[in-house]
Amino acid sequence: MAKKIRVLIAKPGLDGHDRGAKVVARALRDAGMEVIYMGLHQTPEHIVEAAIQEDVDVIGLSLLSGAHMTLIPDVMELLRENGAEDMVVLGGGIIPDKDARSLKDMGVSMIFGPGTRTDEIVEYIQKNVRVADE
Amino acid sequence: MSDASMDLVSRILGGDRRAVARLMSMAENDVPGVKKILAELHTHTGRAHIIGVTGPPGSGKSTLVDKLTLEYRRMGKTVGIIAVDPTSPFTGGALLGDRIRMNEVALDRGVFIRSMGARGHLGGLAKKTGDLVKIMDAFGKDMILVETVGAGQSEVEIVGTAYSTIIVEVPGLGDDIQAIKAGILEIGDIFVVNKSDLDGADETARELDAMLDMNPNDSGWRPPIIQTSALSGDGVSRVVEALTEHMNHLNETGNLHKLVRARARDELRNIIIDHIRSLVDARHDSEEFETLVDSIVAGELDPYRAAEIYLKTLEG
Ligand SMILES: Nc1nc2c(ncn2[C@@H]2O[C@H](COP(=O)(O)OP(=O)(O)OP(=O)(O)O)[C@@H](O)[C@H]2O)c(=O)[nH]1
Ligand SMILES: [Mg+2]
Repeated sequence: MAKKIRVLIAKPGLDGHDRGAKVVARALRDAGMEVIYMGLHQTPEHIVEAAIQEDVDVIGLSLLSGAHMTLIPDVMELLRENGAEDMVVLGGGIIPDKDARSLKDMGVSMIFGPGTRTDEIVEYIQKNVRVADE
Repeated sequence: MSDASMDLVSRILGGDRRAVARLMSMAENDVPGVKKILAELHTHTGRAHIIGVTGPPGSGKSTLVDKLTLEYRRMGKTVGIIAVDPTSPFTGGALLGDRIRMNEVALDRGVFIRSMGARGHLGGLAKKTGDLVKIMDAFGKDMILVETVGAGQSEVEIVGTAYSTIIVEVPGLGDDIQAIKAGILEIGDIFVVNKSDLDGADETARELDAMLDMNPNDSGWRPPIIQTSALSGDGVSRVVEALTEHMNHLNETGNLHKLVRARARDELRNIIIDHIRSLVDARHDSEEFETLVDSIVAGELDPYRAAEIYLKTLEG
């Protein structure tokens, strides 16, 4: 049985809808990945706990609310505390370049701006996730 | 066993969530060496009460699992949840969304939730689920809840490994009643009519009751029918009571021993089949094999005789 890439998709913060996150989740599923979909209003604690229990390779965080500079760093900090900093963290949404740079300094692998095609995200994950387990 | 494997075993027994999650992935991916680790863990299993929860899509299984978990946590019991969702047969991908309904218990360190794609394991899904159940058990979870969508034979097989099986239906069964008759009736130990806040719950409960009357089983257990509203939690404590009564019944009648034996039997059989299949797969293009194929094509051997000869070489 070949290893399947497992991805957690969550929307931290208080935004009202998760259409974009769902589109990405379906695209990743259609690319053969296992997508654990958490939906709206997730706290960094919920996200990191789920990522650990589900042993995911990738965490995709979708944000619109502008709270990215607190929520994403919190996720990164919790991952470190749990020894899970090897997970690939991706951000999506409206995030200014300056913030994107500092998030990358904190260990976020990639920020996808609005209008990113889903196949770019699929390709990025396929290229950047460890393929062999153990 | 390698040091890394030993380390994983002791971390799991010590309650390390990351180690548990990692071993679950290894079991799902059939990583070499995982059998030895599972073997090591086996002596630490056998204490958990394994509960299957199945029913049609959207009937409220995950919501019910969430509420059952809250009840068990109040009773001081730890809970492991395994939520199985279908995998797309075309892409191999899966959207696993059961966690959305389990937010209330998701941060509780006495609860561990794992989502699993069915991955088109040919008859192997029950085995994979069994591996995850074993890991949860060794991890020390008192109650293990396994959620599957009640759609086909493989789901029936999965819940077949549970000690108690809950079937979750919703009001307004209508034509579905036929579907229920086929297979589900026999495996249910407890029937839940969820969403009883909607119209028609009494009628659905009556229909189920009549069907159970017509199909008595010989276990001496008459499955109760319980109306719940998992969203608000109404009726959930009665499901917990029924589960306790069912477990007591299994203990008193000796049926638990029969179930444990049936599980062990299935597991042994699956491991043997797995092993033989991997032996055959590993050598299916070996020289002996190809020579036998040539003999069949040349008309010197029939395939039945050839298989006998080949099996002898495997035994060696
Ligand atoms: N009215 C009502 N809605 C409910 C009840 N329980 C669950 N729901 C709703 O039913 C929908 C499906 O609930 P889930 O718990 O996800 O159902 P499920 O059976 O796990 O679904 P799948 O895993 O997709 O098959 C959700 O929108 C729930 O909020 C209930 O008791 N009453
Ligand atoms: Mg569900």
